[in-house]
Amino acid sequence: MAAPGTSLAILLPVLLPLVGATVAFLAGGASLKTGRRVQVGTGLLTAAGVLGSVVLLWSVVAAEGPVSYQLAGWEVPVGIALRADGLSVLMLLTTALVGGFGSIYAVGYFSSNNEDRRTGREVEGFRDPGRSFWPLWLFLWAALNGLFLSGDAFNLYVTLELLGLSAAALISLGGTGSALAAGMRYLMVSLLGSLAYLLGVALLYGAFGVLDISLLGENASSVPATWAALAFISLGMALKTGLFPLHFWLPSAYSASPSVASALLAALVGKASFYILLRLWFDVFEGSVPAVSGQLLGAFGAVAILWGAIMAVRQRRLKLLLAYSSVSQIGYLFLVFALVTGGGRGFDAWAGASYLVLAHASAKAAMFMAAGAIIFALGHDDIDRLRGIAQKLPIPVASFAIAGITIMGLPTSGGFTAKWLLLSSSLSSGQWWYGGVILAGGVLAAVYLLRFLNPALIQVKTSPVLRIPPKSMSVSAFMLALISLALGLVSAPLLDLLAVGAPFQPEVPGE
Amino acid sequence: MSFPTLLPLLIILCSSGVSFAILFLGDDRSRLRTTLYLGGEVLKLALVLVMLRGIYLGDDYELRIPLLPGIDFLLKANTLSMLFLVLSAGLWLVTTVYSIGYLRGKPHQSRFFAFFGFSVSATAGIALAGNLFTFFIFFELLTLATYPLIVHRDTPEAMRVGRLYLVYTLSGGVVLLAGAVAMQLVAGSVEFTAGGAIDGSEANNAVLVVIFFLLIAGLAVKNAFVPVHGWLPQAMVAPTPVSALLHGVAVVKAGAFGIVRVVYEVYGIDLAQSLGVLFPITVIASITILYGSLMAVRQDELKKRLAYSTVSQVSYIALGISLFGLIGAIGGVVHLVHQGVMKVTLFLCAGAVAETLGIKHISRMNGVGRRMPWTMGAFALASFGMIGLPPLAGFVSKWHLGLGAMEAGQGWVIAVLIGSTILNAAYFLPIIYRAFFLEPTEEAARQPKKSRFEADWLMLIPILTVALLSLLVGVLAGSSVSPLGWAELIAQQEWNYDVDR
Amino acid sequence: MGEVEVYLVSGVLIFVVCAYALVVHAHLIRKVLALNIMGSGIFLLFTAIARRTDTPDPVPHAMVLTGIVVAVSATAFALALVRKLHQATGRPYLPEEPDRSPRPPKETRRNPERG
Repeated sequence: MAAPGTSLAILLPVLLPLVGATVAFLAGGASLKTGRRVQVGTGLLTAAGVLGSVVLLWSVVAAEGPVSYQLAGWEVPVGIALRADGLSVLMLLTTALVGGFGSIYAVGYFSSNNEDRRTGREVEGFRDPGRSFWPLWLFLWAALNGLFLSGDAFNLYVTLELLGLSAAALISLGGTGSALAAGMRYLMVSLLGSLAYLLGVALLYGAFGVLDISLLGENASSVPATWAALAFISLGMALKTGLFPLHFWLPSAYSASPSVASALLAALVGKASFYILLRLWFDVFEGSVPAVSGQLLGAFGAVAILWGAIMAVRQRRLKLLLAYSSVSQIGYLFLVFALVTGGGRGFDAWAGASYLVLAHASAKAAMFMAAGAIIFALGHDDIDRLRGIAQKLPIPVASFAIAGITIMGLPTSGGFTAKWLLLSSSLSSGQWWYGGVILAGGVLAAVYLLRFLNPALIQVKTSPVLRIPPKSMSVSAFMLALISLALGLVSAPLLDLLAVGAPFQPEVPGE
Repeated sequence: MSFPTLLPLLIILCSSGVSFAILFLGDDRSRLRTTLYLGGEVLKLALVLVMLRGIYLGDDYELRIPLLPGIDFLLKANTLSMLFLVLSAGLWLVTTVYSIGYLRGKPHQSRFFAFFGFSVSATAGIALAGNLFTFFIFFELLTLATYPLIVHRDTPEAMRVGRLYLVYTLSGGVVLLAGAVAMQLVAGSVEFTAGGAIDGSEANNAVLVVIFFLLIAGLAVKNAFVPVHGWLPQAMVAPTPVSALLHGVAVVKAGAFGIVRVVYEVYGIDLAQSLGVLFPITVIASITILYGSLMAVRQDELKKRLAYSTVSQVSYIALGISLFGLIGAIGGVVHLVHQGVMKVTLFLCAGAVAETLGIKHISRMNGVGRRMPWTMGAFALASFGMIGLPPLAGFVSKWHLGLGAMEAGQGWVIAVLIGSTILNAAYFLPIIYRAFFLEPTEEAARQPKKSRFEADWLMLIPILTVALLSLLVGVLAGSSVSPLGWAELIAQQEWNYDVDR
Repeated sequence: MGEVEVYLVSGVLIFVVCAYALVVHAHLIRKVLALNIMGSGIFLLFTAIARRTDTPDPVPHAMVLTGIVVAVSATAFALALVRKLHQATGRPYLPEEPDRSPRPPKETRRNPERG
């Protein structure tokens, strides 16, 4: 049994949002004004609480190494364990940062008076009449944190389903036809992915009789059942993450949803399924994976990097451009499987992918938030009609530009650190072609980001702005962008954290 | 942390700190902005001079922060850094004063000065970077910081050029990154070390050669080697102080400085020679020198001609470095300063003429010298320097390069130098001839006088300052405080040459 | 092939057949049904796994129970979403990538079961 401080630190990130979600749900029934106040208060308090508890957990993990907590005191293999190691804490931290600023963004987003709401495809700035945003979002947060702390393969499934349901609801929150369709499409994809995962878990349990991830890791051997489970799980999670060519649902889901949901979705929800892959591949399947499967995922990742970037260049709407940029960035993540199975430096590849999750989450959330502010102000996101927008909306455009540094992978951003690590791993294994793709992706990213930034910075005489977005929207986008930029400077402590309980340890070259 | 540790960081943050503050100032707060900015610059120059004295006396300035496993963020000053740092800090001050006059009454001044400062910060970082990793960080930051300057005019043409610039420099950046990562894998964290950080035992020769050319190819874009020079003449759409900064101090020099670092302090000249990688650089540099001069002769737009002249002149640095031997190296390093001072003079003059008389083409410059004698006098002085008339700065460079070529047994390089000198004369002398010996066109004569002097005094003073500087660095080359003296110190202290004065 | 294997194989078969159905059918109710039955296929698999040992293993049973709860809520939510979509657009289909094809979706479809 863990010490009380530890158990508190590990439970709070899950419990707080759950409690918050319940309160927010109940407050939805109260009168309009009170209900809103209670919901906002709950949301912000929860965000602060989660951040605090994650920092607490970080200090515990840094001091004691990986910690675990047996739910209700039942010991594994009967009971269910919550586990936290460096990777979990990094994911929790990502969620806490993006979620915290996402919450602040949402305060402005849903408070606005929206008398002149226009028809058409834009879904920004509606008043959320059902007052369902806060309960859904906090629920989603609980599911995310639960997922990152799960030490049990079946528990992962449950949290994954909770995540998928609340995410689909958030996407359709706008209530327009396109939002509902995007939500429906995402729901289908999400359910299909989770079921494929569940099938994989069933096969694993059938073969080894345990569900606990660390026990699975000890017992798993290279048998056909393992390979089948690996295939189903990888397929399902690749689908939910949006790996090329299973990304077909992603552009519409990310662009049709309200921007606050797009930001949270692109930054966090897609990463959760990737986290499962990272966890299972290197904690469970390590050693029993045929190298060719890693190469396969990596090859799709490499194609995704280029394909996503090329598609992004061709988009005419800002949010679609960002969605395809996500397709491209997701490709980088999947390179890790090829790099590790190809004999590259394990820690560099693994930590690079994990770090990119954090960097991309903060940057892409900032960009979607900035896009949301622009749509809020203009009622559209047609890139051709966004000329000169920087004059009217300097902070959102600046956020977009700063976050773009991470997407391009330039110093001193977190994306640079991640890409340096990935590149180092690709060259050390002699798989220089992946290195080439990583580098080419960076240049292509500059090309598609400039498609928006260049015209946005031009001087024009008049640019029609319907209304100025609330400060909380611009500022939270800007803060997240700055965080993504600063991540390159603070990579040392974060990589130390990642190394706690990691499947690989860093090798220091040349010494 | 102690003062010597923090000093490199302070020097870098000096300019970016004030720039960051300025970014949030309204365009109308020009007095506060100017005070802040000049304050930052004077402070920086003072810090640099403190450091210069310390380095001369043999002190160490080093700041090390771990960033990645086995990789540090390292700032470290040595004599070579100081050469570049003093150049950038000094010319920054001059160019800023000029910019204040140049931009008077124009929009977006805050943005301009802020990114101007960021660029200079990045340049200082490049000068002080102690290892390849840190160098790369600042190298890319420089790209990002100069982009808003290039597109400053916000016209579609400026935007197009900006995109071209980014694609060129970012492509160069990724190649450099590939080289840096490969070097990291082969040899660990590569710190710039006197005589070379690696000894050739880290990997087989083929790998080292490949990495060398990755690094050089990455740097070549900024250094504007043919055939990746295309962005430089186009970048002329930027305001003139930016062009001066780009050509004289920041971007182009970052590439050249990087080549010096890689050849002398990563590989070491002996290893580079034994790998056989120096000769290709000599050839490319020679081609660039001749091609740039040839293209310059054909330009009518003054700034374009100067830009092609830069393409040509900057490669003198790489040429000198690639000649295996002391004298060539000194010639290359000293040209880093000489070219900077002279080219800044030329650009500032061109900008003053364009701003005062509205003349941008050489064919319309008849008689400009009578209207603006001081400006065109400075222009003529710098031109003679560029051509290499003794005892001016360019002569000192070319003399050393020629001797270096002989020493390295590459006599044909002298032919390149002579050819380039003839072409230099062919594209500079007609300008001077037109300006002083032809009758002014009516159009130029009709231009009203805007100020008591021939141009805005805030533009005239910097021009005369740099012109004087470019005269002094040549005339006083024999003294130990001149760039030449300093270059000899670098060769002696850092590269272990035996300098016999 | 023993009794347990029959269940194992049929569980996987149901999963695969319904995954196929999910892809080919356009009507959303059919898609939801396909997903639902896919889940049942996996539950069958779990139940069969529980029979491998002489005393039935309780853990898969617990998982199936949890799974059913999840499946019920997911199905309910999906159905509610279908209904809303039908109300908003008048059609129980997903539009074909509205963002990529600017032309409005055609009213006539090959699929016979409209409405």
